[in-house]
Amino acid sequence: MANCQNILVIGELTEGSLSSTTKELLTVGRNLADSLQEDLNVVLLGENLSQYTSDLLFFGTDTIYLAQHSLLEDYQDDLYVEAITQLAASTNPRSILLGKTLTGKELGPRLAFKLGTSLLQDCIHLAIDTNKNLVGKRPIYGGNALAEITHIGTPQLAIVRPKTIEVSVQEQKGKGNINEYVPELSDSMIQARTIEKVDEPVSGVRLEDARIVVSGGRGLGGPEPFRDLEDLASLLGGATGASRAACDAGWIPSSYQVGLTGKTITPDLYITVGISGASQHMAGCSGAKIIVSINKDSEANIFKDSAFGVVGDWKEVLPGFIDQIKSMTNAS
Amino acid sequence: MPVHIIVAIKQVMDPEIPPSAFTIAENAKEVVSPSNIPPVINGYDEQAIEAALRIKETVEEATITVVSIGSNFSLDVMKKPLSMGADELILVDTGDIGNDPDSNIAAYLLTSAIRKIGSFDLILCGRQASDWDNAQVPVGVASMLKVPIITVGRKVEITAKNVRVERVLPNGYELVESNLPAVVTLSSELGEPRYPTLRGIMAATKKQPILWSLNDLSIDEDLPTSNLTINTITTPEKQNECTIIEGENGQEAGKNLALKLREAKLI
Ligand SMILES: Cc1cc2nc3c(=O)[nH]c(=O)nc-3n(C[C@H](O)[C@H](O)[C@H](O)COP(=O)(O)OP(=O)(O)OC[C@H]3O[C@@H](n4cnc5c(N)ncnc54)[C@H](O)[C@@H]3O)c2cc1C
Ligand SMILES: Nc1ncnc2c1ncn2[C@@H]1O[C@H](COP(=O)(O)O)[C@@H](O)[C@H]1O
Repeated sequence: MANCQNILVIGELTEGSLSSTTKELLTVGRNLADSLQEDLNVVLLGENLSQYTSDLLFFGTDTIYLAQHSLLEDYQDDLYVEAITQLAASTNPRSILLGKTLTGKELGPRLAFKLGTSLLQDCIHLAIDTNKNLVGKRPIYGGNALAEITHIGTPQLAIVRPKTIEVSVQEQKGKGNINEYVPELSDSMIQARTIEKVDEPVSGVRLEDARIVVSGGRGLGGPEPFRDLEDLASLLGGATGASRAACDAGWIPSSYQVGLTGKTITPDLYITVGISGASQHMAGCSGAKIIVSINKDSEANIFKDSAFGVVGDWKEVLPGFIDQIKSMTNAS
Repeated sequence: MPVHIIVAIKQVMDPEIPPSAFTIAENAKEVVSPSNIPPVINGYDEQAIEAALRIKETVEEATITVVSIGSNFSLDVMKKPLSMGADELILVDTGDIGNDPDSNIAAYLLTSAIRKIGSFDLILCGRQASDWDNAQVPVGVASMLKVPIITVGRKVEITAKNVRVERVLPNGYELVESNLPAVVTLSSELGEPRYPTLRGIMAATKKQPILWSLNDLSIDEDLPTSNLTINTITTPEKQNECTIIEGENGQEAGKNLALKLREAKLI
């Protein structure tokens, strides 16, 4: 417990730059560090990392750790856990923050057990209490409830849900130390090996980046209506999504799934057709600015989250909707 | 060599209950299961059972032991794995301590139960339990048993020494391999779990679940301490006003919706 004086953010790179989730973690990390009057540190793992330091400095980081090793070039659970554990042993973080990303979801629980501590999963808000403990708010029961939990262990590990924190740049604040360190790693630490990665690419606009998303659910009744939704999405320059029920039924690949265990989207406009609005679905689209729904059940939950809706059978409503949009897009 | 597969399942509140039935205790520290709606086996855990049964079909000889840590078990609900084709079912009643928000506790209790069961080749779990969506207990079990873990699988195959898993990725999958014994967690992409057959249901009526209590777990060390304290549990408030767009018929309503969205400059 001696000398815990910093918050450590586990940084990530996507497509050659700092991930948006890392920027969110640095923003919340800086606020937590300020209320503790302690340091905000960040670690990047991989190779050739020095090019990213200037970006990291924008967020008021005090010490940037560059964990460089040829074995860290591609993400691997066991090696990343080992490298972070070694860093934590020498820098004694009070708290470690990760994003709820593909890799964060693997690292978080593994680090918790390796470091002998516990994990605050899926936080949408973090604060420090008067005992200097980390307090997280997180959805539970798929989003039907919200729990506020205090972490009283050491270190205090938390996973933060992406797109729940507004990024702010803090140019002046950090000490700006840069510390290159080489973790001691060997190939024999790998317990599970990736043999092959297979991409099942989605054509058109990426669901996560789309300004407009059109999603279908179990109410569509089969795979064919998804063609209409895809046409509609491309008319609007958007992407197609789906509920888990539609994916599980095999009507559309699981890469289209929006929700707690699917993709998180933050479009300006989200149009749902035949989706009931279960909290697990809404967990992936609560960042949408405007939700518009077509559902035949006026009591459907989805209307509680929607700004506009039509109560009716999509078989009747959708053709009228699409025709009108076609004539408007042709006219303009 | 016969293969021994352990499947860990959790009894949870039905995640499909209507939001109106969702209630929180007066102390605002726990969720109360509605008494008129029976609990269910966590959805992904049924996929874990299905994965075990599929493996059993591909090897010469396999035994499937299903184990659950919890309290107030509904025998009707929890016996389902037996009627699906599992060989034995162990229900460990640990009272309240199994419900601690800190996954360390559940992982420790489950690991103790698995140690008592004895040797195993593969432990299958769900990717997450639909109550707290933690996705942590299987990682804890793997860590305490010092075996590899592969998460979010949609297909599992074993050879004499190895397990091969297709892991679900956001846009595809990866094939991951580790030595046995190992822990693997399953996701819904595996496909629908099978329905119990009439024969399976008949066979299951002859099998009784094995009931253990905390005392049976021979917990020699002390339980890990809980690092997480619940301050409050609340229900999120929704105060959205939905404007319902009407029309003479569905077709018209659809058209009016498009016009409304144009008017609001959304499209
Ligand atoms: C741990 C866990 C994780 C989950 N993760 C996700 C997730 O990531 N994403 C997700 O989506 N779900 C997820 N779910 C599942 C979720 O709880 C719901 O079961 C699912 O979202 C329901 O999908 P749906 O709305 O398409 O189907 P339903 O709930 O069956 O709703 C279908 C709707 O279609 C309407 N309808 C039917 N016919 C018509 C018609 N002709 N015209 C118009 N409307 C019609 C009905 O009124 C109904 O409202 C998860 C569940 C669990 C337990
Ligand atoms: N009390 C329990 N008894 C048996 N298995 C459990 C228990 N809790 C969790 N598990 C297993 O671990 C998986 C993930 O649970 P969790 O980490 O709680 O999200 C579940 O899908 C189960 O397979």
